Amino acid sequence: MSERGVAVAGIGIHPFGRHEGQSGLDLAVTAARVALADAGLRWGEMDFAVGGSDAAGKPDTMVARLGLTGVPFTNVINGCATGGAALRTARDAIMSGAHDIGLVVGFDKHPRGAFDPRPQDWGLGAWYGDLGLMLTTQYFGVKIQRYMHEHGLSATSLARVAAKAFRNGERNPAAWRRKPLTEAEILASPLVADPLTQYMFCSPSAGAVALVLCRADLATRFGAPPVYLRAVSMRSRRFGSFEVFSPSLPTDRGPSPTQEASRAAYEESGLGPGDFDLVQVQDTESGAELMHLAECGLCEHGEQEQLMETGATEIGGRLPVNTDGGCIASGEPIGASGLRQVYETVLQLRGRAGERQVTGARTGFTHVYGAPGISACAVLSR
Amino acid sequence: MTADPAGLPPVAEGLFTWQDGLPHLIGSRCRTCGTPSFPQQTSCPRCSGEDVEVTLLPREGSLWSWTVQRFAPKSPPYASAETEFRPFAVGYVALDGGIAVESRLTGAAGPDGYQIGMPMRLVIEPFPRSDGTTVAAYAFAPLAAGPGPAGTQVRV
Repeated sequence: MSERGVAVAGIGIHPFGRHEGQSGLDLAVTAARVALADAGLRWGEMDFAVGGSDAAGKPDTMVARLGLTGVPFTNVINGCATGGAALRTARDAIMSGAHDIGLVVGFDKHPRGAFDPRPQDWGLGAWYGDLGLMLTTQYFGVKIQRYMHEHGLSATSLARVAAKAFRNGERNPAAWRRKPLTEAEILASPLVADPLTQYMFCSPSAGAVALVLCRADLATRFGAPPVYLRAVSMRSRRFGSFEVFSPSLPTDRGPSPTQEASRAAYEESGLGPGDFDLVQVQDTESGAELMHLAECGLCEHGEQEQLMETGATEIGGRLPVNTDGGCIASGEPIGASGLRQVYETVLQLRGRAGERQVTGARTGFTHVYGAPGISACAVLSR
Repeated sequence: MTADPAGLPPVAEGLFTWQDGLPHLIGSRCRTCGTPSFPQQTSCPRCSGEDVEVTLLPREGSLWSWTVQRFAPKSPPYASAETEFRPFAVGYVALDGGIAVESRLTGAAGPDGYQIGMPMRLVIEPFPRSDGTTVAAYAFAPLAAGPGPAGTQVRV
């Protein structure tokens, strides 16, 4: 770890869900004010800000609400990895020595139903959408189908992941779906993209998260127990990785951006898969959680069923995964999800996660994945 | 290069063509490292080279993985004329030469009648659009369901 470090001085969330009558920006302003209050700081004390949103407008327009201080405010957009990319941008602004303290905010608000991106925005011809291929759900179905073929996982495992998400969500006041569902109910819900059913998928929702980041040596000045951001990494795809919105893919497999970003975070932090008290990984659907655990090196490929059978991924288990209910229980406001994972980790490392507290948590890991093949990971410690 | 035997315009130019009565997807191939791409592009995603040539991809391969689109995609972008949505299969077919192509799947008894490893063949089908026109679109069908060598069948 380099000498100059970064800490999280304040955290704020606007609960995830459907919020009629409020814009995504409204939620973001709320989250920003909560994070500033948590740090005991004013907006005018921010040296810089970074904001990410995929579909809810330009983040920097919130200066009109928070106050026109002239602060440099950078907008970031990287699909479902937007929150991770915003975090990295903000972290780097402090690591570079350019700034000492700043706000990073991620938010979104999406209409009901599956995302309906335009092919032209993703470097694809209109024909791709015309024929009905412009759906992220298809990618997740195809990827887990192949993975189950190669590693022998069962549909019950997929249901088990979702059941855990709803159980954890029940204990999280900021989650959207807080009603536990049985594995049988999850398996019996309508198929969305075989073998994945409705309750194995997250749904687009609305929400916002903000963090105040500061130079590590300043961290003890603020009210909350400091949590240190030991690494933030980000990678786009390499040749051979299988990614969403791909009209073709090479049959020679290469490392995924998740594999590469996680390894970079381990290297930078000096911590590895065996060192974490809890982890948050992108669970756009149940299969993604299982595959990302292995891609991050947190278990072996094919070992996931055994992990779940022994309760390892539950709160109280050896490696609690998605302790706040993840995307499955929180819903997916694209720009907010990456920062939600960091919010949850900070809350846990402060020992203030209430009913879902992982006892004695000192270290955590977060992972986001987004189209068209981006991953961002972070390592945090007390 | 010949026109679609059924006389339909393609869903997009440059995606597929006909040669000796057989349909082929049109890709590109890097002259430096040999890497194929689909759809064709003017540079190589593997080596960044800009010396690429147009190539016709193999017509047959095996199913690498698949899923079923179970709900009606939002329209736009989905352009089907269908008034009552019917689930359809989508998958990747691994072709010789190191590339797997994403495609709608057709020709099995139902949308979930596919298996990883199944031999598949390129077919061209009419795709009625919501704007009232009908275009020709590519799909892959199980070889076992195949109607013969030409691959020129029009499915209704």
